[in-house]
Amino acid sequence: MPARLPAPTRRPASARLPAILRTPLGVTGAALLALVLVTAVLAPLLWGDAAEAVDTAAMLQGPSADHWAGTDNLGRDLLFRTLVATRLSVALALAATALAVTVGLLLGTASLLLGPRAGRLVTAGVNIAVAFPGLLLALSFAVIFGVGQVGSVLAIGLSGAPAFARLCQTLVAGVATRDYLAAARLAGVGRLRILLRHVLPDVGGPLVVNVTIGAGGALLSFAGLSFLGLGVQAPAYDWGRLMQDGLDRIYLDPLAALLPGFAVVVAGLAFNLTGEAVARTFSIDSISGVSLLAGGALRTRRRPDAGGLPGQDATPSADVPLDAGPDLVLDVADLVVTVPTPAGRVRPVRGVTFQVARGEAVGVVGESGSGKTLTALAVARLLEPPTTVTARRLSFQGRDLLTGDHRTLLGTELAMVFQDPASSFNPVRRMGGQLAEGARHHLGLSRRQARDRAVDRLRSVRIGDPDRRAGQYPHEFSGGMRQRAMIGLGLMGSPALIVADEPTTALDVTVQRQVLDLLAEVRERDAVALLLISHDVSVVADVCDRVLVMYAGRVVEDLPAAGLATSARHPYTRALVAAVPHLETDLDRPLAVIPGRPVDPADLAAGCPFAPRCPLADARCRAEDPELVDGVACWRPGEDLPSAVPEEATA
Amino acid sequence: MPLTTPTPTAAPPAGLAPHRWLRFAVRRSGRLLVSLWVLVTAAFLMIHLVPGDPVRASLGPTASAELVAARRESLGLDQPLWVQYATYLRDLLTGDLGTSFGSQLPVADTIAQRLPATATLALLAFLVAVLVAVPVGVAVAVATRRGRAPRTELGFASTSVFLATIPDFLLAVALVWVFGVTLGWLPIAGQDGAASFVLPVLALAVGPAAVLARIVRVEMLAVLETDYVRTARAKRLPPAAVHLGHALPNAVTASLTLGGLLLGQLVAGTVLVESVFAWPGLGSTVVESILAKDYPLVQGTVLVYGVGVLVVNTMVDVALAVLDPRSTIGES
Ligand code: SF4
Repeated sequence: MPARLPAPTRRPASARLPAILRTPLGVTGAALLALVLVTAVLAPLLWGDAAEAVDTAAMLQGPSADHWAGTDNLGRDLLFRTLVATRLSVALALAATALAVTVGLLLGTASLLLGPRAGRLVTAGVNIAVAFPGLLLALSFAVIFGVGQVGSVLAIGLSGAPAFARLCQTLVAGVATRDYLAAARLAGVGRLRILLRHVLPDVGGPLVVNVTIGAGGALLSFAGLSFLGLGVQAPAYDWGRLMQDGLDRIYLDPLAALLPGFAVVVAGLAFNLTGEAVARTFSIDSISGVSLLAGGALRTRRRPDAGGLPGQDATPSADVPLDAGPDLVLDVADLVVTVPTPAGRVRPVRGVTFQVARGEAVGVVGESGSGKTLTALAVARLLEPPTTVTARRLSFQGRDLLTGDHRTLLGTELAMVFQDPASSFNPVRRMGGQLAEGARHHLGLSRRQARDRAVDRLRSVRIGDPDRRAGQYPHEFSGGMRQRAMIGLGLMGSPALIVADEPTTALDVTVQRQVLDLLAEVRERDAVALLLISHDVSVVADVCDRVLVMYAGRVVEDLPAAGLATSARHPYTRALVAAVPHLETDLDRPLAVIPGRPVDPADLAAGCPFAPRCPLADARCRAEDPELVDGVACWRPGEDLPSAVPEEATA
Repeated sequence: MPLTTPTPTAAPPAGLAPHRWLRFAVRRSGRLLVSLWVLVTAAFLMIHLVPGDPVRASLGPTASAELVAARRESLGLDQPLWVQYATYLRDLLTGDLGTSFGSQLPVADTIAQRLPATATLALLAFLVAVLVAVPVGVAVAVATRRGRAPRTELGFASTSVFLATIPDFLLAVALVWVFGVTLGWLPIAGQDGAASFVLPVLALAVGPAAVLARIVRVEMLAVLETDYVRTARAKRLPPAAVHLGHALPNAVTASLTLGGLLLGQLVAGTVLVESVFAWPGLGSTVVESILAKDYPLVQGTVLVYGVGVLVVNTMVDVALAVLDPRSTIGES
């Protein structure tokens, strides 16, 4: 019997029972279960005599008008026998389940009942027993208890006990450490009483689920044991027994074996579906699907007026290419990223326009949810359906990325550095191979050449003993080394642009500097451009030539990094800078000085998206959304801010 | 946004002890030995736990007292328990599993004769299950990820749940009816040529394949959203290289633990399926010996099944250690 592990917290069982019946799964399960239970109760009363009626004139017949499923060797009607057998089959399964649960509970809570030392011994035994399939245990117990109903109930019940014991151990371990148990123990409450009054109610939900599913399992096991001839013995009969008798005659009367088999499947399904439905309602499921698009920011409903289409009325001055000459590495105009959510389509990036020149370092700053990472991934063509990317222009190295296949171009000339180096390398493959495979694929290098190049690149990013390191797995590298190896991976080709998404966020402060220096060194060596996404204004100010400030999926200001502290004109940029003492504050933490919260891209009002938080906001700001003109998207750029910080004003 | 969710993972120290494989081997074989000892002891005790006199139960009420006494003596049942235990262990080490009450043949011979049919069946069924489940699980994961192709997903989910719920011996009966009786394509009993393998292997493989495909799909979906798969895509490798070269090994590794449990159940499942198809394997031997109260034969066969399960579990752990370089460290 498979044990389901619970989710950590649950509501009381009674509160949610009606909810189960509202799911299709729950309705089907409950209906089937009701059908099975009603049959179990009524069938022997209604057809008990008919099922026993011997008819020597109609022995071993196939299906007929009188006997829909045929007759057995005494001329007894097999349809009636199958229906009547419901009671014994279900009753035996329930008896075995009850035994399994009781013994399992006792074993599983042994540490509470017997104290820790004996408990540990029991746990070890349970762990060994759980590794053996239930059927094997049942067969062994059948040897001891002998064939027949009682022996089989004992065998199946005991063989199911280890699984329940394991479940209880897990559940109890979660409960036993809680304060009220310690309090109860201190108050001198007896062990059994603690178990009954405090532990059981708490683990009840998952237990109910597993008991239901376990009953289904016991039913199938019993059918199996009887089918082998080890379970119910004649003249008594259950479904397994009927199947065994029917199998010999499968050519003559297939229904003799198939009908009881069908009954077993229906009854098994009834228990399993019901258990499954309860489990879902209480979210007690071990292998449920991975949630899709689980983004807090994207979940909410979308307002019908959420942002007009950008670009349609774009001011021409905003997107005139600097110069479509060879100096432009990246040219982006009106980039839009659309994400479908259950509540409708949301656009976390709404018309972003910028260029990156050869060798230039451009920083993108903004709060979480400003669309900066999605912009980077969209530019790198790493977003996948159902997320869609549209743009008026998206060209890299003079090639239009919106049409055609640019795999080799991107694979050799665009390098990516991701935020978390710990998870960005494949844990089951060696580092050397992970660096080499792209080069083998795009540059046609042989295995040896590619490896040599990988070792060379590891050396160039200052990884000591690169030959040995290339043969190691990612977990054998330190965090800083992995991030340097990531940069080395980007250098396997001949990159013109490195897109680095928060490259130092996950690193220790001491190694952050190393990685930034390495990036600077690489840029200098080969005139590589850098698009650096960061929430850390100080890093961007330090490393970059130019800064794009993003807010609510748009660039609100585009200015030289050197002017960040002095000549920022957008109220948001100025608030950012003012809020950053020595430019070192983490923007992912709420900024007390910028009142209000970042906007939700699913919930944009008309007008300037910053208006709710802007000290300069006026009626026009709330009505019309400013475009990016002359490097700033604001109706009142550069105007004096009212003293934003009350404390200072009063001081 | 799933793409930007950072996974905080503590970085293990670089430069690991080279003898970690040895440590793993010692620890794992220690666990195997303990399990084996428990299994052997349980098999030994089984006969002593039978209520009443097992020899009397086996020979029946009509057997003479002398015969019972003689049989007891030949089995060593008149000795103290610990002497019997020591003898049992010693005999086991020399490959002596005792003598069958019924046939008077050495149990080891009977097992050696019946085991190959069962082992072949279980192995073939396992291969079929894996060869079907892994590609199907991977393909469905790739096709349905991020809410794509919802109808494929629904179809897969309901089919696999249904197939996983049908117990193997019921499926066996249904297969016999469809392919043996109605269509007459395949033999339904005995082991005779390749065709006779089809139905038993199918009956054993379908359930585990359905469960395994579900597991592989879930693991694959999770792996496809990881940062390292994004890195692989950033290398602009063809989709096949990303899915098969980067995602699959991780998904398979993650599926292995549960897959091993399935395989253990498959070993036990052969007993029932063999009974349906009158397969000349160990399954019918164990059932007949239980019915005939042929205790030495029961002891021997149960022991063999148990060892089979233990071997499977150990192999899964070893495979896990080979496939996932982190697992040997994770345990310590
Ligand atoms: S447009 Fe108005 S609300 Fe928006 S930032 Fe400028 S001043 Fe503030």
